[in-house]
Amino acid sequence: MTADRQRLVVAAGHLCRHEITESVSAVIHQMVYDAGFARYAGHAWLPTRLLENAEFIMSDSKSIPNVSFSTGMHRGAVANIPLAVSAVTYGGVLGVLSAQKGVTWAEMSAMNVLMFAGSAQFVMVDMWQAPLSVMAVAMAVFIVNLRYLLIGASLQPVFAGHPLWRKALLMHLVVDENWAVTIAEHRKNGTDPYFLFGGGLLLLGAWSSGTLGGNLLGSFISQPEKYALDFAFVAVFAALTLSLWRGRGDGLPWAGAIVLALVSERLLPGKWYIVIGGVGGALVAGVIEYLRLKKR
Amino acid sequence: MSTDLFIDHGPAAIIAAALITYCFRFGGLLLADRLPRTGPLRIFLDALPGTILISLVVPSAVHSGWRGVVGVVACLAVYMGTRRLLLTMFSGVLTVYLLRLMS
Repeated sequence: MTADRQRLVVAAGHLCRHEITESVSAVIHQMVYDAGFARYAGHAWLPTRLLENAEFIMSDSKSIPNVSFSTGMHRGAVANIPLAVSAVTYGGVLGVLSAQKGVTWAEMSAMNVLMFAGSAQFVMVDMWQAPLSVMAVAMAVFIVNLRYLLIGASLQPVFAGHPLWRKALLMHLVVDENWAVTIAEHRKNGTDPYFLFGGGLLLLGAWSSGTLGGNLLGSFISQPEKYALDFAFVAVFAALTLSLWRGRGDGLPWAGAIVLALVSERLLPGKWYIVIGGVGGALVAGVIEYLRLKKR
Repeated sequence: MSTDLFIDHGPAAIIAAALITYCFRFGGLLLADRLPRTGPLRIFLDALPGTILISLVVPSAVHSGWRGVVGVVACLAVYMGTRRLLLTMFSGVLTVYLLRLMS
């Protein structure tokens, strides 16, 4: 087992810690296990600190430029079936919650097709009440989806040798799930952008049926408080948040975020506290790293 | 008809969100070689998802009163025990449901 191999496995786990479903997590743990790191595979957090270069993930495989469009799409879709199942469930939860918030099917469909990003849609639905601040929504989505910059960067080898217009078209349907599956496949057998896109199409279908089905169902529940459904939002986010905990290093940034969020929620209108707490907490992490580097 | 389908500023917010997300996806691919791999900026970017979510959860939990706080504690306990997201979520909802039923 070379150091590079170890690094690439860890890098995959690192980028995937934003995942929202258990199946993605399972794919990653399987990857780690396959690579001979059984002792890491059971851990909630793969040792992310070892990460240096996300591109190591795929540096040992090649993109296949001349594979047929339909073969690639089909393979990608099949590989993503387990994740699509969990996308339906997860989308169903968001759908029911969205109905409580008064989000219409048209709004949900527009978010599904135009944006197509699970965690950001949760945040948007949470903010969805008049008067809606476009700026606050944009800022929140900016922060929640910033990680796509890293995900996009890590897909460079898959798109190697493909024209720009194809990159521009096929990148739209990249989410955590098909990204993780594509990375795993690329390492094993090599893959192509159509594989990624086929998985994305299947996930879009699954996500849409989940969210729209839940939205329809949720509008029939007249007293959400009675079943504590209003708390479901907090519970979903609490679960997601806990899955993002990487270890003691997160302690100070998270404490900073909590304090900033609670204070700014009292002082400012709307949902700005999410942006302020999020950026402020992450700044704590950045400053700690800055001071650490300066000391050396 | 269309006024019922979207709230005020809804379409604008969705389009803005969609453009931002797409720019990250495509931009990341184009900038692949230029993003920092180490250093404070990288640490900042890596810390963002966790801090944004905790900033969202805690004020909402506090707003749900003591039952909400107990619900979040239940989530914490179940997550530490099982590491399963759906189970964690249901345990939180069930806890708050039962607490409300009792009072």
